[in-house]
Amino acid sequence: MPKLIAGSVRVDRYQRRALVTGVVAAAAFVALAAAPYVLDPAVTSSWIKLFYLITLATMWNLLAGYAGMVSVGQQAYIGLGAYGLFVFNDMGFDPYSSALIASVAVGVIALPLSFIAFRLRGGYFAIGTWVIAEAVRQIVIRFDNLGAGRGRSISNYTADPVFRNMFTYWLALGILALALVVTFYLLRSRMGIALQSIRDNEVAARALGINVSRTKRIVFVIAAMGAALAGSVICIQAIGVASPNQIFSVSYSAFMIFMVLIGGIGTIEGPILGAVIYFVMDLYFSQLGLWYLVVLGLLAILVTLFLPKGIWGAIHERFNISLFPVGHRIVPVADKFLPQSSAQPTVKEKRPNGRFRR
Amino acid sequence: MIVLNALVQGVLLGGLFAMAALGLSIAFGVLRVVNLAHGEIMTVGAYLAYLSLSSFGLNVWVSLLIVVPAMGFVGYWVQRLLLQRALRLSELAPLLVTFGLAIMIPNALVEVFTNDKKPLPTGDLAVQSITIVDGITIGVLPLLTLVVAVALIAGMQLFLARTQMGRYMRAAADDSDTLRLMGIDYRKVYAFAMALAFGIAALAGVFFGIRQGGVTPFDGQLTVLFAFEAVIIGGLGSLWGTLAGGIVLGIAHSLAGQISPDLPLLVGNLVFLAILVFRPTGIVRSKVAA
Repeated sequence: MPKLIAGSVRVDRYQRRALVTGVVAAAAFVALAAAPYVLDPAVTSSWIKLFYLITLATMWNLLAGYAGMVSVGQQAYIGLGAYGLFVFNDMGFDPYSSALIASVAVGVIALPLSFIAFRLRGGYFAIGTWVIAEAVRQIVIRFDNLGAGRGRSISNYTADPVFRNMFTYWLALGILALALVVTFYLLRSRMGIALQSIRDNEVAARALGINVSRTKRIVFVIAAMGAALAGSVICIQAIGVASPNQIFSVSYSAFMIFMVLIGGIGTIEGPILGAVIYFVMDLYFSQLGLWYLVVLGLLAILVTLFLPKGIWGAIHERFNISLFPVGHRIVPVADKFLPQSSAQPTVKEKRPNGRFRR
Repeated sequence: MIVLNALVQGVLLGGLFAMAALGLSIAFGVLRVVNLAHGEIMTVGAYLAYLSLSSFGLNVWVSLLIVVPAMGFVGYWVQRLLLQRALRLSELAPLLVTFGLAIMIPNALVEVFTNDKKPLPTGDLAVQSITIVDGITIGVLPLLTLVVAVALIAGMQLFLARTQMGRYMRAAADDSDTLRLMGIDYRKVYAFAMALAFGIAALAGVFFGIRQGGVTPFDGQLTVLFAFEAVIIGGLGSLWGTLAGGIVLGIAHSLAGQISPDLPLLVGNLVFLAILVFRPTGIVRSKVAA
């Protein structure tokens, strides 16, 4: 517990640090957006994967790390994003606008699905989302114009491979930036505080007047739209879907969980770090075949049990740095009415995740 | 007559689903843990039966005498060493640990046993059947599965109601801290419950493998969903409800199979989702909230 602060206090939301983050992030975004003009196309196209991995991890973290919803069915929205791209592409839109339209459509689908999924809690919610993903896959493969069970390719596409690569890169980067900006502002908003309180204690949050299910539903739909955008990037990069079983595979959920756990659940930085770690591991170890997935599963278990806050959590605990300040701290201000309290009392700083430092 | 036959076959199939669901139901009922690797435990059970068959030439039924206790032993230590620690950490941790297992196991099985279907032969039992009336024929094996499932549920109910350990389990489910004050180590009770859940899962896995004509590494991703659907359709916290849920799911699969062979899985999932929307407490009303 912090020492009680005599006198007036104000709540500091780290506005100045947030501004710095914004400026640095914008600079990084511009640099990354210019990268295709400077670097070899092979390099930038390999980054596309990193971008959609970070997007996926960020979205899953929003669901599980902040709203407490462990979903193992996000592949439903990845797949729908990819297949929605076919639908709008066939209507004559180019693949990039199709991706954006498809994500809105997926959001519209995810809203009613949330009413089904929210009937269940905890572990049963997890398997429930998995059942929904299976049902979605089984419905999608009944459409012959979507390639049925065989997968299909994008029909209406830019022929020039250089432009294709660049546009896909920018799309993936734009989606990543959007995912991070939305997450950052969502968590800094009033709803972010609601979310963090739901994560810490759902019953107490409800007692404080937070509309828990509405808040969760908004997050559920945002996470679905983010997964759909990532799914359409996966689809565009491969110029199609090799098989519905692959794009609707539960392994996507496994990867998301792995990235978020390794990096640190319930922080913005953690999933980014986790995605980078996974991306690098994938470059070097994926030739191990399926043993690689066994190792990923094992690492996920070990991190859950022995490093529950992940690598970023450990770094943060040690050095108390945070790149994306979403927390708040209480700062004493000079009191007009009680002059004796103007001797500034020492205040233990609140950690950005809302808990007091022990 | 075709519909009636489909109904009968559905009830028999429901026995298999109920057996698969029983372990999940016990683990949730006592520990409040949803084992996402439940299907994988079933698959491992079936592979152990295959191994004892191919290495020692044991009959499938004899191999159960080894497979079920062995998986029970594994369940005991998985609970003691992994899940007990996870339970202390947070609500999410046990889920993440079991999901990690669910990813590890099938991929390791592919590397060890390849993707080929490994047979679990039962001699001529698999083809024997009894004709009740014209048009309704009951396979001996599905009937045996249903009988075993009902016997397991009845036995489990008796065990929970009448034995010392059964009382401990009910007490641990209600209030593990008070149980500890009474001088009982609830961790051992939890581990025993998990051992039962694993053992029954392995048994169900062997029955599932026999019905499918063999076992493949990714079977678990299918069976975990069946088991889960049966538990929810039946209503959480009720073992007889799990049987009812299994039978509803079995009938849905069987009737859908009459229309088209590629429909059962989809219809089963849709029936489950419909029940979730219209009757979220399940068929049998239970005292435990989800």
